[in-house]
Amino acid sequence: MTAAVFFGCAFIAFGPALALYIFTIATEPLRVIFLIIGKASEGLKSINPDETAPSMRLLAYVSGLGFGIMSGVFAFVNTLSDSLGPGTVGIHGDSPQFFLNSAFMTLVIILLHVFWGIIFFDGCEKKKWSALLVVLLTHLLVSALTFISPHYGINLVSTYIIMVLMGIWAFFVAGGSCRSLKLCLLCQDKDFLLFNQRSR
Amino acid sequence: REQSLQPAISLSIYTPFTEDTPSVGQRLLNSVLNTLIMISVIVAMTIFLVVLYKYRCYKFIHGWLIMSSLMLLFLFTYIYLGEVLKTYNVAMDYPTLFLTVWNFGAVGMVCIHWKGPLVLQQAYLIMISALMALVFIKYLPEWSAWVILGAISVYDLVAVLCPKGPLRMLVETAQERNEPIFPALIYSSAMVWTVGMAKLDPSSQGALQLPYDPEMEEDSYDSFGEPSYPEVFEPPLPGSPGGELEEEEETPILPELSEMPAFHSPDGRWPSPTAHSSHWLLVFRGSQSLPWRPGGVKLGLGDFIFYSVLVGKAAATGSGDWNTTLACFVAILIKALPALPISITFGLIFYFSTDNLVRPFMDTLASHQLYI
Repeated sequence: MTAAVFFGCAFIAFGPALALYIFTIATEPLRVIFLIIGKASEGLKSINPDETAPSMRLLAYVSGLGFGIMSGVFAFVNTLSDSLGPGTVGIHGDSPQFFLNSAFMTLVIILLHVFWGIIFFDGCEKKKWSALLVVLLTHLLVSALTFISPHYGINLVSTYIIMVLMGIWAFFVAGGSCRSLKLCLLCQDKDFLLFNQRSR
Repeated sequence: REQSLQPAISLSIYTPFTEDTPSVGQRLLNSVLNTLIMISVIVAMTIFLVVLYKYRCYKFIHGWLIMSSLMLLFLFTYIYLGEVLKTYNVAMDYPTLFLTVWNFGAVGMVCIHWKGPLVLQQAYLIMISALMALVFIKYLPEWSAWVILGAISVYDLVAVLCPKGPLRMLVETAQERNEPIFPALIYSSAMVWTVGMAKLDPSSQGALQLPYDPEMEEDSYDSFGEPSYPEVFEPPLPGSPGGELEEEEETPILPELSEMPAFHSPDGRWPSPTAHSSHWLLVFRGSQSLPWRPGGVKLGLGDFIFYSVLVGKAAATGSGDWNTTLACFVAILIKALPALPISITFGLIFYFSTDNLVRPFMDTLASHQLYI
């Protein structure tokens, strides 16, 4: 199939995750270490005594992103590499939108993992077992939704709705508020503007 | 995918037992025998090198290192280029080829053995490790390569930890003589070492010395069968020659290194040496203005080579295409301990389990677009 399909689907699926990585993680080597290890350990603190210990939220975000990227990559990369080869999609009556659907599904899975990570870590810290249960159940729900696979409409739409809800929840869990969002969007948030100079 | 009828070089001198046998047991036996031969060659070379070091034949060692990097940079590059051109059916005339190989190799020799920008040095070290790994992947018989990988990691463990192990003896000799171990090609990923001679002021609090930890080393193999030395961190002794330093002043012991461009850390706070300097002197000073920050990872080149072999074989022979390769990649990155055997073991486990268990599962999931 065409190179357009390959690049398009690759960027749809991995573009946001890559952007998140480049803008928030790649500049800080410690966060890269987190991403690779997937969890922090006490050992890291001893290596870097002059830096403040990374916050739990940062850890949650980085590990969510790490797991999300890994799961997305493992699910999608073989399909992507097949899309470079010869063939006709849907020749046996399957949907011709196979690649596009897989790409969007991968994207939503990666983002969901990020949000789930934040909510889960917060739930563990504050011992809110309901949060953990909801994360688990939504994960199962999303996977179960993919079983109705030929009917992409319901599948994708409901998963995206779940993602938006999780995103809003993670935003508030991570300390955001309507006020801070407004300040950020209107470029009035002094903390955000000083982001690069301040260690978080 | 083997398009060449005759390999340009052959490793059959090291692996004389063929794997083209009628029975599985015979093949396994042959690969184990091949491994034994390879490992004995490596052990013999290590011991030879240790003996050379013990009897202070530094020039010999230096010459050996130069010879091996010459071979890697010129001969193996030439062979690799030949294979690539053949595969893509691109015609290249000899003059162009020689010009390319000459430039590549000459710059590589300069970067690795003399001075050069850090990024270029890293790139060259990666390239020669990859070339070495390619040689192993292409010219070693299949099962022998896997057994050799496993055996190398075991040997690594033994050589470094055993009291009579050659690498341990080497390190102890260097410690006795109180000199830095002759560094071969060691890859350092960031400019993090402060080079400064300082008299350890007993009254300054927080001045630390990095303790020498033999368990933490990784030995490096700079070319086939020739292991080189782990690096040693040498604590400066008070009263060592040239060891006086005021609080404010920083005198690099290798002054020419500090003049190199692009060698200052991002916030410009300290000059850093290249990775290949032949005198490593680490000063760990908590109370001074130059903290030591481990922003980089140091790896022996042997590690690079064997990780590359693992991932390369996963990519070439694993029927799971990307899944297997990625799994090996991830396994190597998530290292429980910074040691070759653990990573290689993880890598091998991940490769075989992914190829046989995970791959069919993921393939079915992906073809039905089920996400877990």
